[in-house]
Amino acid sequence: MDAFIQQLLNGLLSGSLYALVALGYTMVYGILRIINFAHGDVLMIGALVGLSVIRVLQAAFPDMPPVLLLLAAAMIAMAFCAVLAVVIERVAYRRLRNAPRLAPLISGIGVSLLLQTVAMLVWTRNPQMFPQLLPLAPIEVLAGDATHAAVTNATALTTIGVALSLMVGLLLLVERTRFGRAMRAVAENPQVASLMGINPNRIIVMTFAIGGALAALAGIMMASNYGSAHFYMGFLPGIKAFTAAVLGGIGNLKGAMLGGLLLGLIEALGTGYLGAATNGVFGSNYQDVFAFIVLIAVLVFRPQGVLGERLATRA
Amino acid sequence: MSLATAVSPSSKRASLGLLLFALALVLAPWIVGHAGGNTWVRTLDFALLYIMLALGLNIVVGYAGLLDMGFIAFYAVGAYLAALLSSPHLLQQFPALLALLPEGMHTSIWLILPLAALLAAGFGVILGAPTLRLRGDYLAIVTLGFGEIIRILLRNLDRPVNLTNGPKGIAQVDPVTLLGVNLGRTQELFGLRLPSVYLYYYLFAALVVLILFACIRLERSRIGRAWMAIREDEEAAQAMGLNTLRLKLLAFAIGAAFGGISGALFASFQGFVSPESFTLNESIAVLAMVVLGGMGHIPGVILGCVLLAALPEALRASMGPLQQALFGQVLVDPEIIRQLFYGLALILAMLYRPAGLWPSRTGGAP
Amino acid sequence: MNHPLLQIEKVNKQFGGVAALDDVSLSIEAGEIYGLIGPNGAGKTTFFNVMTGLYTPDSGRFQLDGQEYQPTAVHQVARAGIARTFQNIRLFNAMSALENVMVGRHVRTHNGVWAALSGHSRGREEEAQTRAHAHRLLAYVGLAGFANYRADSLSYGHQRRLEIARALATEPRLLALDEPAAGMNASEKVQLRSLLEKIRDDGHTLLLIEHDVKLVMGVCDRISVLDYGRVIAVGAPAEVRRHPQVIQAYLGAGAHV
Repeated sequence: MDAFIQQLLNGLLSGSLYALVALGYTMVYGILRIINFAHGDVLMIGALVGLSVIRVLQAAFPDMPPVLLLLAAAMIAMAFCAVLAVVIERVAYRRLRNAPRLAPLISGIGVSLLLQTVAMLVWTRNPQMFPQLLPLAPIEVLAGDATHAAVTNATALTTIGVALSLMVGLLLLVERTRFGRAMRAVAENPQVASLMGINPNRIIVMTFAIGGALAALAGIMMASNYGSAHFYMGFLPGIKAFTAAVLGGIGNLKGAMLGGLLLGLIEALGTGYLGAATNGVFGSNYQDVFAFIVLIAVLVFRPQGVLGERLATRA
Repeated sequence: MSLATAVSPSSKRASLGLLLFALALVLAPWIVGHAGGNTWVRTLDFALLYIMLALGLNIVVGYAGLLDMGFIAFYAVGAYLAALLSSPHLLQQFPALLALLPEGMHTSIWLILPLAALLAAGFGVILGAPTLRLRGDYLAIVTLGFGEIIRILLRNLDRPVNLTNGPKGIAQVDPVTLLGVNLGRTQELFGLRLPSVYLYYYLFAALVVLILFACIRLERSRIGRAWMAIREDEEAAQAMGLNTLRLKLLAFAIGAAFGGISGALFASFQGFVSPESFTLNESIAVLAMVVLGGMGHIPGVILGCVLLAALPEALRASMGPLQQALFGQVLVDPEIIRQLFYGLALILAMLYRPAGLWPSRTGGAP
Repeated sequence: MNHPLLQIEKVNKQFGGVAALDDVSLSIEAGEIYGLIGPNGAGKTTFFNVMTGLYTPDSGRFQLDGQEYQPTAVHQVARAGIARTFQNIRLFNAMSALENVMVGRHVRTHNGVWAALSGHSRGREEEAQTRAHAHRLLAYVGLAGFANYRADSLSYGHQRRLEIARALATEPRLLALDEPAAGMNASEKVQLRSLLEKIRDDGHTLLLIEHDVKLVMGVCDRISVLDYGRVIAVGAPAEVRRHPQVIQAYLGAGAHV
């Protein structure tokens, strides 16, 4: 089982991030039946805003502890992206709620391009170094010689921990609170929900805000792990997270989480083993192909996903 | 009944429009070339390639109502086919082939174009067959996935066998030779000195006209009506006996064929292809042209291409020097401005003109 | 003629263990207007969807004009000769009335891509015939002046007629109408009735699924009554009207016959 544990760790890391982003897709789809194509770019903006916050704080308070720095950046970026997501809904989607299905998708593509353009204008087209604020020292999970060891670091472990706890938190929010009940009611039937005194627009705004905040956090964690951020970093995670959402059953929160983790693992194990089996000919350069093949296979053969479409079972 | 809108296919106006279009098409390079030189004529050449692409995508999106976000893949297929068949790359990789063709392949454009159309159509059918049952938004994402897979394959198929030369791309693609005339060089024809970009312009223009006629004829045929019926209401179309799956495949294949032709021309024109010409952003650019101009309406689609292909280029050419003059440096990369246009075009079109700037009088929204 | 035009035997269809159709049989003679009625939720629409290939039945035999057909794909049923209209009108909205009817001609014509591109004379001829046929049908249903109007710009009653013309364009052996009177006012209903009778008198066979009992009783030659997925009565309107189970079913549902 060569690098199995290592692949598992890698898969868990990217999978938990996919899951976090997938939640945003799935919640919006569950309520509005639209694919928020710009969601991946909200992640990107989150990472870049976080980067700017860190730079400003570092310049103003050179003695600020790194953990606090990261925390502050995360909070501000999350708030920023919550608002951004709400603005996107307001500007690009609200008018199109009763339009043909493809209209909000096309307008979302436009928003995605626009956000990338803005990012290029503000942060240039070049990848920006993202400071590694958590200790980089390797943490040995599995001791052994070079090919059998499994190593991780504080950033990765924090990422996985934070992502998993946020997911549990969101599940509790949706299943145990008044807000969650209202959200499920709107997903089930907006007209009836509004007759019961729920304002669907408020719920929709909240949904976008939560999704935006989670995406921002995912963006910052992604940038922390890779050590860089750039205007195009949202595209692939966005598509993969959407794949995860569909894989788990779109509209289904637990499905999005499961789908995210599953996709991360498939990717890591698939590329790892295929790469090894073909002497690196079909290795990590095909990693993204895996995600796309999973996406296509799921959409074609099981569009209702592994756990089935939920949140609401409206046809 | 006063609210009802009458639709009459006033053919007189249509033929007048066609005449004006033809005139503009013939004169455009001279006007533009006079004003801005060969670089601008080159921009026109690209605009014509985009028109071919957009007319192809219009069959898929505009007529049949299928949102294809990986359309650029068919362009790539055509381009790489042309590159492989008319560059030394394959011969360098396979000595056996070189022994067979010591003079190089130099495949004729007359062979490359139909092959590109066929191959791209074949890809269209292969991609479409498993996916065309999906509902619209899922189809969009799946086609996006296919488009990306093709690009990643082009990037990586330099191993185990070097087929595509990977990210470096394939260079030394032959220029088009037409009836013994090499379009890659300046030629004296009928007493006129025609630089290469002019020669290509007229070749592209001829093909645009050909594709245009094909589109117009298809639009007004039994097949075109069936596509639009599917776009309007797939279930009702089925109830009228239409084999919707087959008709959608047909739309995919024909649209792809136009994309393939356009790609083959692109490769010969550039003399070079690489995977980076076939990104998702290019698919979206073509989509933006179709959407902005008017889905399903040919004049609108052409307008969209001219606006989104030529205008940003013109801006690119003028904005750089303008900024230089005003601020002493180039503050905003013109490439960014181009993308800004596309993004805004998509959003504003959906919000305010879902049927496009120049919609057909009976045409539909997405 | 020794066999009925449409013969459907013992159709069963279950949804999640609940029988929506329970051994439903139906036999329609050529040249009649046949009505299928029943209270809400009786299974009329399910039956219609099974018959036209939208839902796959669990069991059942289907014969059209003596030939067995399997309602597995909607377009094949239409090809076999059953054309339908929709309860909530479904026209090709952005197309003209004429084009809508021309789409109906699709199954009976052959022009393909080559005919379109080459414009050969046989293709042009077929296209001209399609157009002429569509014009005739528009006139037939009383929409002669509306050929070039967008379908969705027509009035409600006219849209219903257009849907019928479109269905007739497929040259159906059976014209199946799903609640054609839904949403019509009294005078539109009278016009609809005379249109249906004209269509029958011109040799067509019609199946009417209808909520409006009065219209069905007036226009239909024979009627089947569905209740809870079972046929409870078959016969001429006068017989069905007096059938105790029918009265029971409708009174139970709060309506009267």
